[in-house]
Amino acid sequence: MIPFQYTRANNVADAVRLIAANSGAKFIAGGTNLLDLMKDNVERPTKLIDISRLPLTSVEETASGGLRIGALVPNADLAWHPLIEKRYPLVASAILAGASQQLRNMASTGGNLVQRTRCAYFYDTATPCNKRQPGSGCSAVNGINRGHAILGASTSCIATHPSDMCVALVALDATVHVTGPNGGRTIPFADFHRLPGDTPHIDTNLGPDEIITAIEVPAKGFATNYSYLKIRDRLSYAFALISVAAALELKDGTIQEARLALGGVAHKPWRDVAAEAALRGRPAEEASFAAAADLLLRDARPQAQNGFKIDLAKRAIIRTLTQAARGTPQSQSNKTIQ
Amino acid sequence: MSMVNNTAKTYTGTATSRVDGRAKVTGAAKYAGDFNEGGLAYGAVVESTIARGRIARIDTSQALRVPGVIDVITHENRPRVADTDQAWKDDVAPEEGSPFRPLYDDMIKFNQQPIALVVAEEWEIARYAASLVRVDYEKQPFVTDVYRKRDDAIVVEKPDKLRGDAAKAFAAAEVRHQADYFIPTEHHNPMELFATTAMWDGGGPLTVYDKTQGVQNVQQYLCGVFEKKPEEIRVISPYVGGAFGAGLRPQYQVVLAVMAALKLQRSVRLVLTRQQMYGLGYRPATIERLALGARRDGTLDAITHEAVGVTSQFEEFSRNDTGWSALLYTSPNARYEHRVAPLDVPTSCDMRAPGAATGVYALESAMDELAVALKMDPVELRMRCYSDRDQNEDLPYTSKCLRECYREGAAAFGWDKRNAEPRSMRDGRNLVGWGMASGVWEALQMPAAVRIVMTANGHAEVSCAASDIGTGTYTIMAQVAADSLGLPIENITIHLADSTLPRAPVEGGSWMAASACHAVVATASEVRKELLRLAKLMKASPLADTVEEDVTLSDGKLVSRTQAERGVSISDIMRHGAMERIEKEKTNEFAEDKAHARNTHSAVFAEVKIDEELGVIRVTRVVSAVAAGRVLNLKTGRSQVMGAVVGGIGMALHEETVYDHGFGRIVNHNIAEYHVPVNADIHDIQVIFVDEPDALVNPLGIKGIGEIGIVGVAAAVANAVYHATGVRVRDLPITLDKVLARRPAT
Ligand SMILES: Cc1cc2nc3c(=O)[nH]c(=O)nc-3n(C[C@H](O)[C@H](O)[C@H](O)COP(=O)(O)OP(=O)(O)OC[C@H]3O[C@@H](n4cnc5c(N)ncnc54)[C@H](O)[C@@H]3O)c2cc1C
Ligand code: SF4
Repeated sequence: MIPFQYTRANNVADAVRLIAANSGAKFIAGGTNLLDLMKDNVERPTKLIDISRLPLTSVEETASGGLRIGALVPNADLAWHPLIEKRYPLVASAILAGASQQLRNMASTGGNLVQRTRCAYFYDTATPCNKRQPGSGCSAVNGINRGHAILGASTSCIATHPSDMCVALVALDATVHVTGPNGGRTIPFADFHRLPGDTPHIDTNLGPDEIITAIEVPAKGFATNYSYLKIRDRLSYAFALISVAAALELKDGTIQEARLALGGVAHKPWRDVAAEAALRGRPAEEASFAAAADLLLRDARPQAQNGFKIDLAKRAIIRTLTQAARGTPQSQSNKTIQ
Repeated sequence: MSMVNNTAKTYTGTATSRVDGRAKVTGAAKYAGDFNEGGLAYGAVVESTIARGRIARIDTSQALRVPGVIDVITHENRPRVADTDQAWKDDVAPEEGSPFRPLYDDMIKFNQQPIALVVAEEWEIARYAASLVRVDYEKQPFVTDVYRKRDDAIVVEKPDKLRGDAAKAFAAAEVRHQADYFIPTEHHNPMELFATTAMWDGGGPLTVYDKTQGVQNVQQYLCGVFEKKPEEIRVISPYVGGAFGAGLRPQYQVVLAVMAALKLQRSVRLVLTRQQMYGLGYRPATIERLALGARRDGTLDAITHEAVGVTSQFEEFSRNDTGWSALLYTSPNARYEHRVAPLDVPTSCDMRAPGAATGVYALESAMDELAVALKMDPVELRMRCYSDRDQNEDLPYTSKCLRECYREGAAAFGWDKRNAEPRSMRDGRNLVGWGMASGVWEALQMPAAVRIVMTANGHAEVSCAASDIGTGTYTIMAQVAADSLGLPIENITIHLADSTLPRAPVEGGSWMAASACHAVVATASEVRKELLRLAKLMKASPLADTVEEDVTLSDGKLVSRTQAERGVSISDIMRHGAMERIEKEKTNEFAEDKAHARNTHSAVFAEVKIDEELGVIRVTRVVSAVAAGRVLNLKTGRSQVMGAVVGGIGMALHEETVYDHGFGRIVNHNIAEYHVPVNADIHDIQVIFVDEPDALVNPLGIKGIGEIGIVGVAAAVANAVYHATGVRVRDLPITLDKVLARRPAT
């Protein structure tokens, strides 16, 4: 770990002023990702701006019937918040599918969005990695890539975004509220994370001087027909090989509206509106789900070690939509998949 | 103070709670990295980032400029150390080879090799400065993949005399099965990080707190390496937070910490990071080839077991891996051969049930495949090949209750309800699979000495250099001491893991229970003799005419075995003899017995439920029936086996040290990505100790249970996965993608 300065921001304006004035500075919230990366000398901030005590910890109802979630609400608090449990159980379920209780206690809502990939080479400064050191090459392309992307990858980077919560948020059409030197703006969730292209070192469209203040979810929470299913190498405390967030609105067995997003498959939480459109007006049955899965995976490309993910993604999509349609969402405590 | 325990109680064999439990849960127990008497300097290790070559240039100037840095030790400025292989050999070192010497020269032999030690006033400073050490390498070609060296591997184990002609018998067999199995490299990942605190005491003896399974092994090794006399180095390791074999050999951090302390004449603490622990020893990746030939009735005609395991380029490590196959089952023809492939990696080392965990996994998987080919129940097949003699040595066992393990394990599991057809049992969307396997391990015992100091107030201090690596050695020694001294367990204090204490072997091989407990009993009997001598001197002594064999210590008294009313309290004897304390030290003695084989056995039954479409695997039930002689403590014993079953499930489904062979580097060197089972992966585990009285193995009938619990578990799970899905995954770990990809066409 490299020495750094530490300062605490008193309010949002202060935080923005501090980050704008110190190139090389970084915000620290729960620290569950940033500190690990600093210990490995992957992140080398010259200054840490502690935002963990900013008053961004409330969950409030908005005028339009949605919820505004403060960027510093801990993941655990959010998952167990009565309004989230009742109206946005998909978000609660996705959060509880991730990390461990201890990590969720520390991790913040904003930090969860900005957490970085778990690609092993990104963490190991002894190996080349375009994301860590632009232009040095991608070790994963010809290396260990069992967990890597099948959608939207580039020749520069085939990493995935590791978050579970973000998969639910992109499915629900959330927006990200950010504040920078020129004031506030909102970013639709689907535009927040980027594909790697030839700039894999830039994960998101958050400006370097901007802070996330809140996440807003619109009124529609799909609390009746939803499910979050995470497939991983052990039954808890492992990152997703594939995860699926599915939400449906049904009328007499016909799909009125559908949401479908995947985790563990791309550089960003992967939502496909075309696949969703294909579900609309169709009967809520396996054939419809399979067709949507095929559509979503139409451009999927395997790496040397992760071809299984394409077929697995299809099966997982079908299963998750089936769970959602039946109103029997995946439990995150009993790991049996029904 | 009253010393008489009113209800004479027997501790041995009961579920006594850990005597060190309270110290551990309250934080009072100190581990190697916890000791601090002030004035510590802190070390941080710089590791190589290439697999093979030499250091062309190492530049420490930037690191040295960091305020607070005291020194940066490299091969260029290290103090003198011994230069013979003999001096660097510890008790557990492989016979062949040249042990690794940290910071010795400019040669790079493996990735993550320590190449510099930064010592600073604070840990954070040391760690930062370590990142500033610049190294230029001359790289050389390397190999880290065992498959690439399979054909050049060196033979390390084969039978002294051939039994029949296995190849011919195999070719002629009515039913044949042959396949390769693979176990990847695994790391021990004990919870406690490897750590050493070396206390400099103004040039007096150096006290070294080290995480180790053998303080005297480390002490003797350090004396060799640093050319010191035994009295100049003392090694202490009162508590160990798990080791699983990783602490059998001294690890490099102890050398570096002591080197720094001697060079700087200061106390130094060095704690490795989790990542750095992947630069230590590991369970070697092993390719196993099994060929079984049988008759239609399930009797074996031919067993061939060949294996190739990983070792380093500089030492030949291997453990009995293939010999188990020829030992366990009756077969007129058998051949085994174990070879090692030297790779550009650290030397492999012991990890729980070394050799057996891997070799028996392969054997028991192959036996399952043979049972399928024979259309025979897998338990029945094992009964047909059951042997009452060690097949390699042709010796009877001191005891062998494996049959009872099969019976009791199968009954507890409900094995008779199994439908043999793969994919025939279901639970909703899940395919249900039931699999079983046998386990076998050795029952060893080693010389060990114990000192007992008994005081007139009826307390006893029992000392031995043995380690307790979390297994329960403190507790079983206290139980046996309490029983053999006739005292309540609260009056017993156990002192362990200090190199100045009476001689003990390293804690490994499942031999500590038998070794230490017999030393306790032997020493207690010396104490008893002394008490009898004193008692006889008492006026009108009720024991005046008794002989040694006729007295026992019970309930705080020395009493006649036959006439319980004839007895004198220990405190009276000692007061009368004007003795404050009785001190005795004795080494255990085991009668040499070349006429018997000594082994522990087990039968493991596992149930898996596998989502048919998604491949997600859950091990819902395991029954492990163990025959291991006398079980000294039902609670710690059960915990040992349960923990081993968890380890076996990890071996089957999760554990794998993943190498990028292009870099010759481990990519998952942290416990977020190196998976061991978590709570969600573990369900019902039932442990059965089969009654196995054994009067031959040793007087107390102890065989040891530290390792038998893991043997066979991976095979039982793998066999259950096959039974559930019809997919035979022969390369561990069994991950869902393997199950899905190899699904039979439907
Ligand atoms: C062992 C382990 C397992 C895990 N498993 C999972 C899992 O299964 N699923 C999953 O989803 N996650 C998992 N996580 C990741 C965890 O969810 C994230 O680390 C966590 O959400 C990050 O939040 P934080 O507040 O701790 O972020 P920090 O570590 O404090 O920050 C992370 C990044 O976000 C930036 N940041 C933080 N807050 C803001 C803000 N308000 N505005 C702008 N930038 C900000 C920081 O500058 C930093 O770059 C795991 C983590 C670990 C260590
Ligand atoms: S996949 Fe991306 S993060 Fe991983 S090595 Fe390649 S560039 Fe780096």
